[in-house]
Amino acid sequence: MNLLLLILLPLLTIVTILLMRNAAQVKWAALLGSTGQFILALVLLFGFRQERSAGNEAQILFELQYNWFPAWHISFHIGVNGISVAMILLTAFVVIAGVLVSWNITKMTKEFYCLLIMLSLGAYGFFISLDLFILFFFLEIAVIPKYLLIGIWGSGKKEYAANKLALMLMGGSALVLVGLLGVYFGSSEKTFDLVTLSQTHIPIEIQKICFPLLFVGFGVFTALFPFHTWVPDGHSSAPTAGSMFLAGISMKLGGYGCLRVATYIMPDGAKEYASIIIVLSSIAILYGAFATMMQKDLKYINAYSSVSHCGFVLLGIGMLTKTAMTGAVMQMVSHGLMTALFFAVIGMIYERTHTRQVNEMGGLLKVMPFITTVLFIVGLCSLGLPGLSGFVAEMTIFMGSWQNPGTFHRIATIAACMSIVVTAVYILRAIGQTAMGPLKEGYENLTDATWNEKLAAIVLIAGIIAIGLAPFWLNDLVSPATEIIMQKLGAVHP
Amino acid sequence: MPNTILIALIPLLPLAAFLLLGLYGKKYFKNFSGIIGTTVLLLSAAFALYTAYGYFFEYGKIDGIYQKLVPLQFTWLQFSPGLSIDMGIILDPISVMMLVVVTFISLMVHFYSLAYMKGDERFPVYYAFLGLFTFSMLGLVMASNIFQLYIFWELVGVSSFLLIGYHYDRPSAVAACKKAFIVTRFADLGFLIGILVLSFHANTLDFNTLIQRLTVDGSHELHTAYTSMFLGASALTWGTVLVFIGGAGKSALFPLHIWLPDAMEGPTPVSALIHAATMVVAGVYLVARMFPVFSMSNGAMHVVTFAGIFSALFAAVIACTQTDIKRVLAYSTMSQIGLMMFALGVSGSNLESGSLNYSHLGAGYTASMFHLFTHAIFKALLFLGAGSVIHFIHSNEMKDMGGLRKYLPITHITFLIACLAISGVPPFAGFFSKEEIMLAAWQHNTVLYYITLFTSGLTAFYMFRLYFNIFWSKGVIVHGEHHGEGGFAMMLPLVLLAIGAVAAGFIPFGNFISADGKPLESEFHWQFSIAPVAVGLAGIFTAMWLYKNKSNKPAAIVTSLGGFYKAAYNKFYIDELYLFITKKIIFNLIGRPAAWFDKNIVNGLVNMTGNTTLIISEKIKGFQSGKVQQYAIYFLAGLIGLAVLFIYLWKPG
Repeated sequence: MNLLLLILLPLLTIVTILLMRNAAQVKWAALLGSTGQFILALVLLFGFRQERSAGNEAQILFELQYNWFPAWHISFHIGVNGISVAMILLTAFVVIAGVLVSWNITKMTKEFYCLLIMLSLGAYGFFISLDLFILFFFLEIAVIPKYLLIGIWGSGKKEYAANKLALMLMGGSALVLVGLLGVYFGSSEKTFDLVTLSQTHIPIEIQKICFPLLFVGFGVFTALFPFHTWVPDGHSSAPTAGSMFLAGISMKLGGYGCLRVATYIMPDGAKEYASIIIVLSSIAILYGAFATMMQKDLKYINAYSSVSHCGFVLLGIGMLTKTAMTGAVMQMVSHGLMTALFFAVIGMIYERTHTRQVNEMGGLLKVMPFITTVLFIVGLCSLGLPGLSGFVAEMTIFMGSWQNPGTFHRIATIAACMSIVVTAVYILRAIGQTAMGPLKEGYENLTDATWNEKLAAIVLIAGIIAIGLAPFWLNDLVSPATEIIMQKLGAVHP
Repeated sequence: MPNTILIALIPLLPLAAFLLLGLYGKKYFKNFSGIIGTTVLLLSAAFALYTAYGYFFEYGKIDGIYQKLVPLQFTWLQFSPGLSIDMGIILDPISVMMLVVVTFISLMVHFYSLAYMKGDERFPVYYAFLGLFTFSMLGLVMASNIFQLYIFWELVGVSSFLLIGYHYDRPSAVAACKKAFIVTRFADLGFLIGILVLSFHANTLDFNTLIQRLTVDGSHELHTAYTSMFLGASALTWGTVLVFIGGAGKSALFPLHIWLPDAMEGPTPVSALIHAATMVVAGVYLVARMFPVFSMSNGAMHVVTFAGIFSALFAAVIACTQTDIKRVLAYSTMSQIGLMMFALGVSGSNLESGSLNYSHLGAGYTASMFHLFTHAIFKALLFLGAGSVIHFIHSNEMKDMGGLRKYLPITHITFLIACLAISGVPPFAGFFSKEEIMLAAWQHNTVLYYITLFTSGLTAFYMFRLYFNIFWSKGVIVHGEHHGEGGFAMMLPLVLLAIGAVAAGFIPFGNFISADGKPLESEFHWQFSIAPVAVGLAGIFTAMWLYKNKSNKPAAIVTSLGGFYKAAYNKFYIDELYLFITKKIIFNLIGRPAAWFDKNIVNGLVNMTGNTTLIISEKIKGFQSGKVQQYAIYFLAGLIGLAVLFIYLWKPG
């Protein structure tokens, strides 16, 4: 499969949207485009699996390389491994659901959908880049639309939130850029090429400086403690699709960068700082969970719980075992689907009740059974119910973490495990107050989900269940790729 | 050989019912959903019986030993070489027995609910949830891999949550279902870490391999599990105790029992199925499943023993004081499960630490499984009987009842049979199983035996207190018309279970179920039975004397007991203690500060960075004023500055 399609299709969609004359046409064009992405992602998955089962053990498949800036050894080099395929799949799921739930946007429809599709373009480009320069380029493409999405279509303190988010993410990008330049000049090859860099040895002094720059820079995207404060404000002010993209896709750019770029090309740096990563991510997991417990706004609940859940991603990376890293990737996919669904369902509830405060709701199960059932499913996924994706990812991380002998890793793992109880507490509080109990007055005439909302929910639930019931396919996809990272780390542990 | 497809269908059929009724029940099967669910369960139960027959009488026994067969197993998730979650089916005496128990009781409850839940708005949803629960419980029972068991364990928990919260518009039901889930989740944390510990040392998650590696004398895995110490206990002890904590949560042992009485908010047939006969014994089943590993650690066995016996006594005392009939039964369940756990704990007493000698594994294991079996029958009967009473009188409180024997003749007789069974009166089922527990206790430790004996007396007392308060006591208090006993659908399960409560004791249990698969030689000593039966009868007659006719004797006793009665009535304030810990400590001392810290300190720093940047740029902005005079002054100042620098400070090379 030609990976350029993943970039060309969104571009084509944007152009089509710009040519459309009214809002209805724009929506259908966007839906068509995102369906195309969805199909493309599935084709990629099956194509990838077919190549693998045909015995193609190459590290990177569907590779393409065009010269771009030869003087600086920058080339347009793209290709995928198992991790990228998983992330592309996640992106496609979230995009189609995001387009569907935004069906009722009336303000500047054309611009809104253009920005959504542009964001997906950035994400696809980021996930297929094998040259760090173009990887950075696509990272920026994925950041800018978010500022506008929140600033224009947001609610509440939207200017503050948009500024904060843009500045913090730009700050993160700046660190990434400095780190990348450090790697470029520090390596003997003077290259941005990920494959070449992975085969050269970067001097340990350079790694010690550049690894934290890259890791923290990407970490800001994935809510690394204490750089997570853009998450609650950004999410709560963003429009529904904006939150879905933000938590479902953008936060994953960071996790992917931490693993695939920082840890992969600088294994010594990763070993050097692993214990700090573990400490910070364990704090994020527990602290995020406890902070969630006190929130009353549904969006804040999901935002803080995202801090906690993304902590698992970083914990899985920091544990430096193959199983934990595989779990980290699974957690990225799982959390992306789950949190997008959560924001989608919060948006659905908000459109009807016009509040996001849990204590102002009650008994919604009676009037909107479909929406509340989705809320139940996503809540149960969040608290790690078997059969849904969250369980698989978390358990893989726990098993992988425990393979590290030694008290330090044990304590961190137990701390992370403790979050399963706290998560149950805040999820059940939220569900209990919104969906259950006597129906609050004034809510008797609320209607249940419309076709587009149902479709969006079903797409995401299908993804969650596909991982939850049959985790082996995701594991088979991801673990050969994490195996390679482990080999680079000079694997001490299995 | 076992018919794998047939066995796999036993759990899959209820799952299919769940999916069908959950997705389409409301639209297409509004009124047939009960029949669909029940028919499916009937098939499941038939397959389970067929499997049990085949296992116990045809293929299960090889050379006189019941084998652990794994007719189906596939890898579900591979963590690392050796460690994988496999989905499979294990057939051994206890799993086959549990298959029969679960499907049979579930069938009875499905049937009973046809009448009990009739006319309910969410009838299809109810049957869907019952199907989900039955599927999960059967999956738990059949699990061949410890992680598979954990998976179904969680699923059982969530089905219990859904069923307790079935009347979701009642705040008390919502509170109860949340409590049940969170308390058991807390215990599951122990289970999970226990799995991590054990799997790390055994390097497997498969039950058979795990048990083999951690019990065979001189195995490398056992050696490391014994020698890695943490806080004075070996990894083996830690692992097993942590797994036991998970079991204690599900099985409502002290101090993780607080969710069980509240769980009675669920519909009564649900209580019969989940909170009496099946799910709450999952903890006992878990310990039994891993019994050889537990028996390798004296520490773990002691924990099991004492948690069991304490819960048994503690719950029995509370049961004597409660006035809500379902809560009495809930505490009774807790007490009986405590006894089962205790029996497992004393079972390994003949073992020397470090070597597994199956030849004389105590009778406790068999006794525990036997009691689990008989208890499931008579406790389900008690709950369904209570349901019939509640259905009739629309109240759970004893004070609203009395003299009901005339109105509910079938319920009365079957309830009496169940009370006699649980009190250990021969020849009812409970007599035989309890007898074996007593015997095991006697062989283990005399003090523990007397505690068991006392608990047994209390059991007889509170059960007959319940019986007399419902069916005798005050005169007739039913006003106006009444709608009778609830018809055939409700009475048939009562009668069938009553037959079971009479007959189940005569099954030669030791022949089929023992720790090592060989028939257990159990002798019946009639002399030994004298004391337990006498104590049981004493309890019954005391209750009769106090409660058969309405009198002020009970009130007098309450006054004489004073504070102790009050403490027992208030369940020894354990709930308040938990409330204090969660509200005051976890919420106020951890949650609130964490949220505050995030909002003010971490976020404050971010804002401060932003604001400082703004202030600095504001200051810098001042220089760009556009006033030529100001620029001239800056220019002059710069010139002077540079001149000073060059003249005085700059010294070339």
